[in-house]
Amino acid sequence: MTAYKAAVEHEPVMPPRIEVGGVSRSDRYTADQRTESMSATKISVEHLDFFYGKQQALFDNTIDYYKNRVTAIIGPSGCGKSTHIRIFNRIFELYRDQKARGRVLLDGKDLLSTEMDVLEVRRRVGMIFQKPSPFPMSVFDNIAYGLRLHYRIDRAELRNRVEQALRRAALWDEVKDKLNEPGNALSGGQQQRLCIARAIASEPEVVLMDEPCSAIDPIATGKIEDLIEQLKREYTIVLVTHNMQQAARVSDYTAFFHLGRIVEYGETARIFSNPREKQTEDYITGRFG
Amino acid sequence: MNPLQAVAHRRVRRRDAGPASRPARPLAAGQDAAFRWFTVACAATVVALMGALASVFALEAWPSIKEFGLSFLWSTEWDTQNDRYGGAVQLWGTAASTVIAIVIAVPIALLVALLLVELVRPAVGKVVGMAIEMLAAIPSIIYGMWGLFVLVPLMQRYVQPAIQATPLGKLPLFVGPPYGIGVLTAGLILSLMILPFVTAVSRDVLRMVPQVVKEAGFGMGATTWEVTRKVSLRYGLGGIVGAFFLGLGRAVGETMAVAYVIGGSHLFSWSITDPGYTIASNIANEFPEAAGDLHRASLVELGLILFAATILFQLIAQLWLRRVRKRVGGRA
Amino acid sequence: MNATIGQRSVRRRRAADLAVRATAWIGASIGIGAMLWILAEVARRGAKVWSWSFFTQMPAPVGEPGGGVLNAIYGTIVMTLIAAAAGIPLGFFAGIYLAEFGRNGRLAGVVRIIGNVMVGIPSILVGVFVFSVFVRPMGHFSGLAGALALAIIMLPVMARTSEDILNLVPNELRESALAMGAPRWRVILGVVVRAARSGLITGALLAVVRVSGETAPLLLTALNNQFWSWDVTQPTANLTVGIYSYAMSPYPDWVDKAWGASLLIIVGVLGATLLARLILQRGKEW
Repeated sequence: MTAYKAAVEHEPVMPPRIEVGGVSRSDRYTADQRTESMSATKISVEHLDFFYGKQQALFDNTIDYYKNRVTAIIGPSGCGKSTHIRIFNRIFELYRDQKARGRVLLDGKDLLSTEMDVLEVRRRVGMIFQKPSPFPMSVFDNIAYGLRLHYRIDRAELRNRVEQALRRAALWDEVKDKLNEPGNALSGGQQQRLCIARAIASEPEVVLMDEPCSAIDPIATGKIEDLIEQLKREYTIVLVTHNMQQAARVSDYTAFFHLGRIVEYGETARIFSNPREKQTEDYITGRFG
Repeated sequence: MNPLQAVAHRRVRRRDAGPASRPARPLAAGQDAAFRWFTVACAATVVALMGALASVFALEAWPSIKEFGLSFLWSTEWDTQNDRYGGAVQLWGTAASTVIAIVIAVPIALLVALLLVELVRPAVGKVVGMAIEMLAAIPSIIYGMWGLFVLVPLMQRYVQPAIQATPLGKLPLFVGPPYGIGVLTAGLILSLMILPFVTAVSRDVLRMVPQVVKEAGFGMGATTWEVTRKVSLRYGLGGIVGAFFLGLGRAVGETMAVAYVIGGSHLFSWSITDPGYTIASNIANEFPEAAGDLHRASLVELGLILFAATILFQLIAQLWLRRVRKRVGGRA
Repeated sequence: MNATIGQRSVRRRRAADLAVRATAWIGASIGIGAMLWILAEVARRGAKVWSWSFFTQMPAPVGEPGGGVLNAIYGTIVMTLIAAAAGIPLGFFAGIYLAEFGRNGRLAGVVRIIGNVMVGIPSILVGVFVFSVFVRPMGHFSGLAGALALAIIMLPVMARTSEDILNLVPNELRESALAMGAPRWRVILGVVVRAARSGLITGALLAVVRVSGETAPLLLTALNNQFWSWDVTQPTANLTVGIYSYAMSPYPDWVDKAWGASLLIIVGVLGATLLARLILQRGKEW
């Protein structure tokens, strides 16, 4: 308890060993990491709790997200997946009764603390939402939004970066003649890729994706999954998905959430072939959720 | 539902073709048909009334139109002895007071709407919203009472002398003795009168921006004002413009509050600190005891101009507000 | 960052955000402050005059103190009721046509547009209209003319409100009633209107409240009357025109009475609006 309290009061302390299923968690991390070369930690979550008013939704989440990797978060509906990632860009702060407790370290600095400006956090951590949400402006202006927001930038450079972003999002060829058309004149899949291009245009370090494909058709989904594969070379990606096949296809690491807790976390290949927790196995094999 | 809101936008979705109207029994067919025709007649009354209004105005105004022609629009004469009339004073007064009202009320209304939607707790927003709706219900005559007995003395003793003391006082727009009454005061009262209305409509428009789009804006690291300016206002631009025209329509036709404070003068003056007349207040003051047919006809001609202007603003407002229901793309 | 791109100052952006927020609060305070000021002045100046005699006596002869506004209260109530008797049902059935029969049809569309426009017509013009077609042929002002003007103002408001309220009733309700073999008119009047009852009452109440505060149309139709009259075919006393003429008069006593009557109107209007909201709330809870 004291270690937990200390963590909440922002004192540096070693994460306690939590016994789950007879094997302590820090043991499991080491076990997995031995199988691949050390990847730096981009986001380190320590004892994160979350509340909607009086109701607690996340319980003691502790997890590391590795740089330039795709981490998938899976779990049944209502298990807290979206809630979890919405903490990383502090978007929950828009709502008065939502509160987070704990530490979330972005490159070592706690992004929940007052020492990090929320505008800065949101520039470094981008988010793609479930429903494609282009702004009510042209395609060009959509992509340029973040650039104009955070930078003083001349027109030539702006056009340059917009094109780069669209190319990186694999959308350039499809919209290069339509840059002045309204954003929502595009198809659903294109709109979502537009949102991705928009998010990466201002060079974030982390891209959060909250079920990005659930509102679009399978072909567009495939394109976006390919995109994620490419994007991870430059960004750290956290992908919330209810589609397990997608998680298996696309991610390097997978975390399984249930009822606001992280039940199991490890390399995707291992999680899906050899889960350690019974709950994980039940979920993956479809016995619930 | 507040009739104002019903005019401004329709939250209800039109139902698609509902159940068929074929009744089960032949007797009922007659009843249903009769009922239907009855309701058609009632609905048609609305259209008929509008037509009647337009025709009566045109008819009654005709003697004046025939007599003065186009010069009515720029003539400043108003001579009941010699029966010579022109509407320039009233047109200027109406335009000037309305512009003053709009310039003051619309920005404030937008900011207050922003405040209600983004900056305060939902509970507070609801209470203030209710207060605004009740304030919009205050009759014109009450504004007039307050205007004449409270605002005018203030204008006379403090505000107008203050304006006169600054360099502004030299401009033709502001020269003149501090009467207290006048076009400026009328404009101020009008701005107060249209403020609750434009605020309510703007607030409803801003509320219609989908939460996802706003979150996407915030998610990119924008401040509240930046999201409002670049995303919300754009999204609801049609509605805001519609609200603007509705406010315009209301300000142009306000009668009693203006009648109290405008001063009732037929002398043309560019200065808004001088008394003057608006169309509506002129009709209110002179119509019941009009000195003869041509006098009355001229007043009706003024009324006809007001009628046409109001219809125009209302139609434009409706057109814009319809667009709000359609998703706004880059064409906003 | 190279020369073509530099970071915008976060501090400046936050300052701009703060400036806008502050202005918004100031604007809201100005608006709310002005409103409260108005209500406070009316309450203060009007309450002074409120007394038993104010409500129960006729106006005193010119120049003499005392007396009340009894005839004006009566006149306003009578004219509003007559107007409501005509305008509310007419508007209600027009609304039924729009919501139940016409729906997306051409006539309904036209009626809707015209109705919306009519809601925004300055009430003084309605007064001019009624003067020309009613008062002039009749030869004198009358309470009936006043009631007619008020009814014309009420009609489009009631029609549009009724339509909106009726549209809120779900289709399933209509379908189940029709499926039981009820004729259309019974479904509408018995089931749909029943379901929309509280909304319709609220709409009617608000329409009535709105016209009871009107002055301009009455100025040209019913004018005013210093004396008591049961006869609505004569000029009829009413609160609003009474306020106007009292306020513009040179007698301080009359000006005070104008405030008293103003307070009465405010209390009536705000009270009725509040009542309407309460009815709507309770209606939703059923």
